[in-house]
Amino acid sequence: MQPLLYNACLDTFFMVWWATVWAVIGGLPLGVLLVLTERGGQLQNAVVNKVISVVVNIGRSLPFVILMIALIPFTRFVIGTSIGPSAAVVPLAIGAIPFFARLVETSVREVDGGLVEAAQSMGGGTWTIVFKVLLPQSMPSLVAGLTNTVITVISYSAMAGALGAGGLGSVAITYGQQRFDTRFMVVTVILIIVIVTAVQLIGDLAVRILSRRSSRADSPVRLLRLPRQRKQSEQITRDLTHLL
Amino acid sequence: MITTTGLTKVYRSGDREVTALDGVDLHVREGEVYGVIGQSGAGKSTLIRCLNLLERPSSGTVTVAGQDLTALAGNQKRAGAALRAARSHIGMVFQHFNLLSSRTVQDNVELPLEILKVDRRERARKALELLDLVGLADKAKAYPAQLSGGQKQRVGIARALAGDPKVLLSDEATSALDPETTRSILQLLRDLNQQLGLTVVLITHEMDVVKTICDSAALMKNGRVVEQGTVAELLATPGSELARELFPVGGEPSAEGRTVVDVTFHGDAATRPVISELSRTYNVDISILGAAMDTIGGKQIGRMRIELPGPFEENVVPIGFLREQGLQVDVADVADEPSQSPAPGASSQKEGAK
Repeated sequence: MQPLLYNACLDTFFMVWWATVWAVIGGLPLGVLLVLTERGGQLQNAVVNKVISVVVNIGRSLPFVILMIALIPFTRFVIGTSIGPSAAVVPLAIGAIPFFARLVETSVREVDGGLVEAAQSMGGGTWTIVFKVLLPQSMPSLVAGLTNTVITVISYSAMAGALGAGGLGSVAITYGQQRFDTRFMVVTVILIIVIVTAVQLIGDLAVRILSRRSSRADSPVRLLRLPRQRKQSEQITRDLTHLL
Repeated sequence: MITTTGLTKVYRSGDREVTALDGVDLHVREGEVYGVIGQSGAGKSTLIRCLNLLERPSSGTVTVAGQDLTALAGNQKRAGAALRAARSHIGMVFQHFNLLSSRTVQDNVELPLEILKVDRRERARKALELLDLVGLADKAKAYPAQLSGGQKQRVGIARALAGDPKVLLSDEATSALDPETTRSILQLLRDLNQQLGLTVVLITHEMDVVKTICDSAALMKNGRVVEQGTVAELLATPGSELARELFPVGGEPSAEGRTVVDVTFHGDAATRPVISELSRTYNVDISILGAAMDTIGGKQIGRMRIELPGPFEENVVPIGFLREQGLQVDVADVADEPSQSPAPGASSQKEGAK
């Protein structure tokens, strides 16, 4: 049982890690572009904005299971197979990119327009505005968004397990459900809860460290924020348990 | 230093058009503090944003330090390299400071230098020097959230000075501050204006700001500059609304059949005791109903409302005497004129623009 679970954990980590990396590589620029190209933005461009927005919306509205099945030919084309953790990274990444892109968009849009104006008044161009104003100013919020993305990818990866991706989800289904071995079910669920909680805690900690300086140190608001976010992670864990 | 000709800005939303600026001709001399005052919605915010082309004017030209910014911008939608380079030498401070909360005070001041690609050492040296200039040398490592409003605005000013600007634009820089902090920030702007020969354009809705530091002022209404000139010029202009707002006098005649006269002091006459001379020479009793006097640039200027006994016909000679002294004398039609400030001694009164 132990080596099996150990390998399943490694597979899950592998899938989540690479899907997250792709989510950042793809989602961050898309989210920033969504803000830059909107009306009144730095690179105002209605066509580009509409195209990105539609693509992101399509990606967001497809249920992950359907997305994964629909992508099987594409996955085969890229990886050579549609089975195994490597193959699962493709649909996971494609599912996570629009998810993260929307979160990035929201975070970046929250940056005060006055700061952009100030940078412009100093002679800053788009590059300066993105890398010296928008991204640094929204960093705590971006990290919080990334935490949510990772947790969503973990839940997607369990679904992917049902479709031959391997990982903890697949162990829970093949051993826990199909072989009626409750121990596997219980252990995988506990493992996933532990992983999700750990991700959430690390994310919260990073957010707190990043935003400490931008508000007065040890303000009561900051201490209140933690429990609320943890509740959210519990919600996701509950969703996961349902799925399994 | 700054000249705009026929500056017009029209905002279009759908088929509605809003004219924010309607042919503004502004002329700001080198080394002066120039105040643009007006109610909200008068277009002053749009105007100051047009001076560094944060807002692209619909028509008209903007020339700053001999450079035609509107020509630099051309028809490009985005700010090209030439315009950005010109902007980096025009400092701007904002009502809400617009400091980056994720950066320390020093790093905030360094931002414009980063844009100018100044190397790290030089950036730090310059930033600390500027922070020293605005009196915040000890806060270099603090974050903006740890500063008070006045301190934040000082950082904003230091940041605006990083590009060695010839011109500083101030967009309601003191409107979010309490009166005392406002005074200290205005004093700082005044000092910088004198020490560095900095030309300052500030927009405000507070007449007090104009009164405290401006050499010249313009009054904006509905996107137009209604009046502009040096404070002395404005005072010398009969019926100038700005002069009346800057130096409000009021006061009702104490009885029927008396002559109420508004005397405007500008220039040399103001240093002589004209009123007591008048009283002695013609043996008339003069009551001062209201007065607003100020010393600007070492000269006393302002307005005074005095009352002479008897109807106008009896006072032609004393009024003629005042005119001979080089004063501007208007016989106030008290019944028609709404009283600007009922209390006498209006000079001590804080009045916003109406």
